[in-house]
Amino acid sequence: MDRVMNFLASPAMKVVLLVAAILFPWVAASEYQIYVMALAFVWAIAVYGLNIITGYCGQLNLAHGGFFAIGAYAVGLLTVDYGWAFWPAFIAAGVLGAFFGFLVGVVSLRLKEHYFAIFTLCVGFIIYLLIEKWEELTHGTLGVISIAPPEGFGLVDFTETIPFYYLVLFFLVLAIWLISRISRSLVGRTFLAIRISDDLAQSLGINLMRNKVLAFVLSTTYAGLAGALLAGVVRFIGPDLAEITHTFDVITYLLVGGIGTLMGPLVGTLLITWITQAVQSFEEYRMIVFGPLLVVLVIFMPKGIVGTFLTWRGRRLASKAPARRAESRVGDSSDGNQGEAG
Amino acid sequence: MADNKTMLSIKNLTKRFGGLAAVNDVSVDFQAGQINAIIGPNGAGKTTFFNLVAGAMPPSEGSIEFQGIDVTGMSPDRIARLGIARTFQTTMLFDQSTVLDNLIVGHRLRTQSRLWDVIINSKRLRDEEKKCRARAEEVLDFVGLSHLGHRYIVDISQEERKRVAFALAMATDPELVLLDEPAGGINPEETENLAGLIRKMVDHGITVCLIEHKMDMIMSLADKIMVLDHGEKIAEGTPEQIKNDPVVIEAYLGSDEDVEA
Repeated sequence: MDRVMNFLASPAMKVVLLVAAILFPWVAASEYQIYVMALAFVWAIAVYGLNIITGYCGQLNLAHGGFFAIGAYAVGLLTVDYGWAFWPAFIAAGVLGAFFGFLVGVVSLRLKEHYFAIFTLCVGFIIYLLIEKWEELTHGTLGVISIAPPEGFGLVDFTETIPFYYLVLFFLVLAIWLISRISRSLVGRTFLAIRISDDLAQSLGINLMRNKVLAFVLSTTYAGLAGALLAGVVRFIGPDLAEITHTFDVITYLLVGGIGTLMGPLVGTLLITWITQAVQSFEEYRMIVFGPLLVVLVIFMPKGIVGTFLTWRGRRLASKAPARRAESRVGDSSDGNQGEAG
Repeated sequence: MADNKTMLSIKNLTKRFGGLAAVNDVSVDFQAGQINAIIGPNGAGKTTFFNLVAGAMPPSEGSIEFQGIDVTGMSPDRIARLGIARTFQTTMLFDQSTVLDNLIVGHRLRTQSRLWDVIINSKRLRDEEKKCRARAEEVLDFVGLSHLGHRYIVDISQEERKRVAFALAMATDPELVLLDEPAGGINPEETENLAGLIRKMVDHGITVCLIEHKMDMIMSLADKIMVLDHGEKIAEGTPEQIKNDPVVIEAYLGSDEDVEA
């Protein structure tokens, strides 16, 4: 039992996951499954973004879906209406995500807790309305069709499912790598102090506004880039992308996987995506499955699957091995787990 | 350090919430290297007084001078960097993390690393992280909990949490530490131990200011006591003077002693 546990939390596990992800297209039963997995990876990147501001920094941002839509529309409109190639538009989507994130952040982050959540809920709705009603710019309810796919520079064709799968996987790995760096660093610890309490963080000399805006901009940049990838794979987007349901989907993935953990966003997104696939015949009624599941989870596992596992393991190790701890654990050996625990 | 250098000089400090003056025209000096206690009945304005000194809220009137620098209206993070640390009535720590992990961020205010350092994993970041970890271990040792470094916060006792909160404040390298009811919710023996720790802080050159209800502890620990009642300073002096002050006995000790004890 302990060995399984240790393996799950070890660096080797990450290699296993990566190898599994690389091999997935060969073991998948159909191209459709690869496509579903690629989409799940795209959403996972968005969930990682939300995890920065909500998981690590403790500010519930309900406009996240809106920033995702901004990224998708940036790519859609720039490639279709302005003739840009995908990659420049992709970068523009990240920049726009960061830019609007900054604008919204410096205003909304003056508010605390519920007030911040309500404010961002309104921001998300305004983004939705702008996309739906501003027809001259966004094509309104018609949406944007035949969006340019990512150019493969003559080497690969990203309109094919499998190359696109690897492209998304590449960005997902990059996203997770950067988050793991941040969460373990002093910057990540600073976010975490803010999550415990604004007052405590300030008493430790932390500039609240600067750090919250940084976390917010990071998260909206992630959302923008994830949206851009979605536009590149689906190649048709409509205003429904900015609907609040997508924000709540992302929050659900985060809660199920484990808020404020490194692997939680991935675990939550993949799990819910595949459960959704399995119960697709229920259509709208699938909420009958998810609703109670979520309630049970929030009551009994508020830290999500990964958070519960890590805390349980960490406490067990700390109480089981007092002797070993006294010898050598102070150095780097504990670092590997802290990234996830923190 | 211990000879009469003024650490904190407060003049006519007032804080009004609507029509209510939570702190009303309080002037007081606290000397460096001493233990200064603030006592008074519930609602006397003690915590508001701390909030004003730490910059958590701006005063309505008056001035606060810390080591000769006017800090009135300064933001709390700047005040913390100047050297005022504090602990809170309710201990705020990150339960899902280890004791040592909780403490590392305490030294963050003495570091410079930004997001860019994280992305390129700069030497500055690596050095500063080492420095923060070393400081965390140091302060943990200072409060006598180095054996608990890898325990989770959920698994340690209330008194140990208080000590971790002290250590977190110490990690900021403060000159002055404000302790808000450090002995709240712990038993007499633990209170005794915590008083020993507060003395140890002063021995290491730190000035302490504390709010406390436990009279035995205050009387044996404090060099100077200020008594607040309805936001006003009604007395100030050594424990001996306070014990025998008729105004204090009237307002506080006499009538409320049983309740407070």
